[in-house]
Amino acid sequence: MSSPLRGDGGAELLFNGVKKHPVTLPSQSEPWDMKQLLVWIQRNLLKERPELFVQGDSVRPGILVLINDADWELMGELDYQLQDQDNVVFISTLHGG
Amino acid sequence: MAALLLFISVSKKCVKCKEAPAALVIRAGDAYCRLCFKDFFVHKFKAVLGKNRIIFPGEKVLLAVSGGPSSCSMLRQVQEGLSQKANKKLRFVPGIAYIDEGAAIGQSVEERQRTVAELQAVFQATGFPFYILPLEQVLDLPASVVATNPSPSEQPASAYKAAVGHFVETDGSNNFPTPQEPKKMLLPHVQESHTLQQLLGSVKTLTAREELLNTLRQHLLVHTARTEGYSKLMLGDSCTRLAVKLLTSISLGRGAQLAQDTGFSDSRYGDIILVRPMRDYSAKEIAYYNHLFTVPSVVIPSVDTKTVDKASIQRLTESFVTKLQADFPSTVSTIYRLQLHTCFMHISTLNILGTCVLQVFSASCPSLTVKPSTCVTQDQREAAECMYEMVRSRALRPMSAVSVQPGYCCG
Ligand SMILES: [Zn+2]
Ligand SMILES: [Zn+2]
Repeated sequence: MSSPLRGDGGAELLFNGVKKHPVTLPSQSEPWDMKQLLVWIQRNLLKERPELFVQGDSVRPGILVLINDADWELMGELDYQLQDQDNVVFISTLHGG
Repeated sequence: MAALLLFISVSKKCVKCKEAPAALVIRAGDAYCRLCFKDFFVHKFKAVLGKNRIIFPGEKVLLAVSGGPSSCSMLRQVQEGLSQKANKKLRFVPGIAYIDEGAAIGQSVEERQRTVAELQAVFQATGFPFYILPLEQVLDLPASVVATNPSPSEQPASAYKAAVGHFVETDGSNNFPTPQEPKKMLLPHVQESHTLQQLLGSVKTLTAREELLNTLRQHLLVHTARTEGYSKLMLGDSCTRLAVKLLTSISLGRGAQLAQDTGFSDSRYGDIILVRPMRDYSAKEIAYYNHLFTVPSVVIPSVDTKTVDKASIQRLTESFVTKLQADFPSTVSTIYRLQLHTCFMHISTLNILGTCVLQVFSASCPSLTVKPSTCVTQDQREAAECMYEMVRSRALRPMSAVSVQPGYCCG
């Protein structure tokens, strides 16, 4: 299952400067949800200081998450079940000037 | 065979048009669809300028663009506003100023050039004149820049009307800036970069360094506005940014400057008026707008991009405000609205947030008789955290009456 993952507005600093990550998630019996995706990102993509990205089992406050260009608050946040070809964007709103 | 057709819609509808599916939650309960969000965003910019009537038609306005999301979004709003039809058009004459702070964050010459090139492309596309200013230039400025120049004359409402009239008569379209040859940035001498780094290095804490940087940046912008004939300096501070600034100022014990630091307009420099048209936008709205309408912005690492939250008061406050915003989305606009009058601040805040915040605020209020709480004076970092905890636990049951309990928060 693949899903392009992007980091805008500073979030890419956390992902080693890479802006777009086409991601292929290992298949599993249950569909992937956002909660599992965050864990996966932390293990596989975050090179340094994961605490700037995650807090507890969610994203850190100040990071805007968009699923297919819609606010994830409208999509069930951590419980959202990912579909093939979903577009997930993380935008850091911290230090914006 | 009978058929049963169910149209089940679980997606939330836009609160504005009540038709399209919502795409963004701005405040709790306020979810907008993409189109309505765009209207709302664009309208707000013109509305704030129209309401304040501080920028005269035909006036030269220097936009301070840091390359960050908020100021880049501001630039886009100005572009959009100038390209509108006559009756809705913005009617001032913009220029762009960018300060290259590469030396302050230890970037190499190549890194600085790369960032500048990226931004130059963005600026060139606007057709506005632009100035790329290495922060080192501030070292050459006379000390008098810091001083307040007298305002040329008070500009009453009638002056605004007269200016509008004059603008209409002379056909404002002639005032539109002609695209200029881009100014090449002269890279500062290595020696100057060293001097700047020494100056910043001489400051012990990250908190103080950020303050110093802020001051240097502001002076260079004001100086550039003066020498290039601009009378207004437009800053891209968002509401979230201003809430951070406001609370930082309080933590640093600078209550007196509060209204100027965060207000729509700021006349501390006399002849150059600072305006902040983005102060009604939250960082989230800006991030979403920029993403959806592909507003380019450049990621410029700052002194503190990857530092821990507790490294400076600014950082700490930012994380505090962001946490608040996540938990209680209306809080940030509440905090920033309080700046209107320092003396009302504690009362309004108290009503919404609770006692601890009152005490923190009251420490910077000269006319208040309540003793400053130990919160602020003892350890500012702990105070901010303490403040957050208090607000969090109390916001669930907002207080409506004033009740002062000195020392409550610190036990
Ligand atoms: Zn709508
Ligand atoms: Zn007061």
